[in-house]
Amino acid sequence: MNSRIAHIASNTFREAVRDRVLYNLIAFALLLVGAAILVGQISLDVERLVVINLGLTAVSLFGVVIAIFIGIGLVSKEIEKRTLYTVLSRPVRRWEFIVGKFFGLAGTLLVNATLMAIGVFGALFYVSHQLQKADAWVLVALYFIILQFLIITALALLFSSFSSPLLSAVFAFSLFVIGSFSEDLRGFAAMTQGLTRWLATGAAYLVPNFSAFNVISSVAHGVPVPAQLVLYNSLYAVFYAAMVLCGAVVIFEHRNLK
Amino acid sequence: MPAIEILGLEKTYSVGFWRKRPKRALRPLHLAVEEGEIFGFLGPNGAGKTTTLKMLMGLVYPTRGSARILGRDVNDPQIKAQIGFLPEHPYFYDYLTAQELLSYYGHLSGVPARDLPAKIDAMLKRVGLPEVAGVQLRKFSKGMLQRVGIAQAILHDPKVVFLDEPMSGLDPMGRREVRDLIEQLKKEGKTVFFSTHILSDAEALCDRVAIIHLGELRGVGVVADLTSSMQDRVEIVWQGSVPTSIAALGAECHLTGDTVRAVLPAEKQDAAIEILRREKLRLISVVPVRATLEDYFLQKLKPAATPLEVMA
Repeated sequence: MNSRIAHIASNTFREAVRDRVLYNLIAFALLLVGAAILVGQISLDVERLVVINLGLTAVSLFGVVIAIFIGIGLVSKEIEKRTLYTVLSRPVRRWEFIVGKFFGLAGTLLVNATLMAIGVFGALFYVSHQLQKADAWVLVALYFIILQFLIITALALLFSSFSSPLLSAVFAFSLFVIGSFSEDLRGFAAMTQGLTRWLATGAAYLVPNFSAFNVISSVAHGVPVPAQLVLYNSLYAVFYAAMVLCGAVVIFEHRNLK
Repeated sequence: MPAIEILGLEKTYSVGFWRKRPKRALRPLHLAVEEGEIFGFLGPNGAGKTTTLKMLMGLVYPTRGSARILGRDVNDPQIKAQIGFLPEHPYFYDYLTAQELLSYYGHLSGVPARDLPAKIDAMLKRVGLPEVAGVQLRKFSKGMLQRVGIAQAILHDPKVVFLDEPMSGLDPMGRREVRDLIEQLKKEGKTVFFSTHILSDAEALCDRVAIIHLGELRGVGVVADLTSSMQDRVEIVWQGSVPTSIAALGAECHLTGDTVRAVLPAEKQDAAIEILRREKLRLISVVPVRATLEDYFLQKLKPAATPLEVMA
């Protein structure tokens, strides 16, 4: 990474920290402590299941909300507040700005998810007084969640490069929801015919396939994640995020910063 | 080689949602600024000053034309290390301290990391903010932000400095300090291109000025040459009434008590004095009026502007 990208990324990270984004960890911690105490009381040998399900879903949702709410303002806020002018009047290329912003927010989400993961493992240890071998799959589920963050961050950045924050939020949330049901969309496409089939298939492959990243339920039951899925998901997330970032760069490169 | 060459820069925006229609922000602009010059870019609000500056910074793309800074195209990233820019009403990352902000911009401008701390300290002293180096910018006043803005524009020792309305938001003391700073930049051999609508600042500072209005260049040259090109006028003061025949000479008359102050073209001076003698009014003084940049500026802003005037 060149030094300008690194400085833009670290400034984006610093902004998130100083804007108290990591305060969401407090809400997360309270949620986990509450859940751990609760399942401790209703204990029907499902404590681990509940803690993993609840913990990972919370990691995912908190992260998605942060990715969208920060991501949609990454470019548009800088234009609106004119902070971008003093950055782009330096030897900084527009693509470096977009890539730096992406890594800054991705770094913020990574730190956030890591701290939350420590919380999930802490809660697991609290309810079952030991960590099991199968808990290692939780790490894979967390890895998939982080891959999802990369895609959502890139999408939010793409929308932010040409649209208002409100519209960007609507677009990004819609894609997140549709992407979470992309398997159903593919199933629907398979059942239709003619033009509808073409359109539905096209849409199903265009939207991010988030359902392939959701292994929370299976790891909660201690089911191993196939190595092939780890490889496919990794390649898919990197490729999808890179393509979306390229789109953001192309739009931003041609934009007049009025 | 000119420090800044503007070669027919032109900008037309599309406005409207459904039915797009063109809106011309800048007509073809040709301008050259020599190295080491302080050049004032004057015009009322909405004249096209900021659009021009944004095109020079590569923030807005021209519809036609091009521009060169130190002989290189403005979109060449290499040249950006040689320029400093202060935008109008600057707003900086307010979660950063002044020191952190300058460090960030210093890194982006390619200042070696080992030189940065000393450069930042010196710069904060230069703009009068050494005591608040560690304070977050959200606690800064408008004037302090303007100083930080100037500091970030010159931190990396650029050869050409662009300042968009650098005096706006400053009190008289602050304006004076910025003026001194601009003069100091000139002494260091830098080229300063600044836009303003505060004409007294331009008159006091600039080697040359350009006047732009409604996206069109209306005049460019040395201040003294521009003002001397204007019609000579005289101010005649007398006591008594205002004869109608004086007003007919094209005089602008102001009555204070029984004292009349009239400003009229110099060639009408003899006729006016003759009228006063005939009316037996008491003449107090006849003084030539030196045209100011403001007079020139206002003349150039009139709808029926004279064709472009280019002076030395």
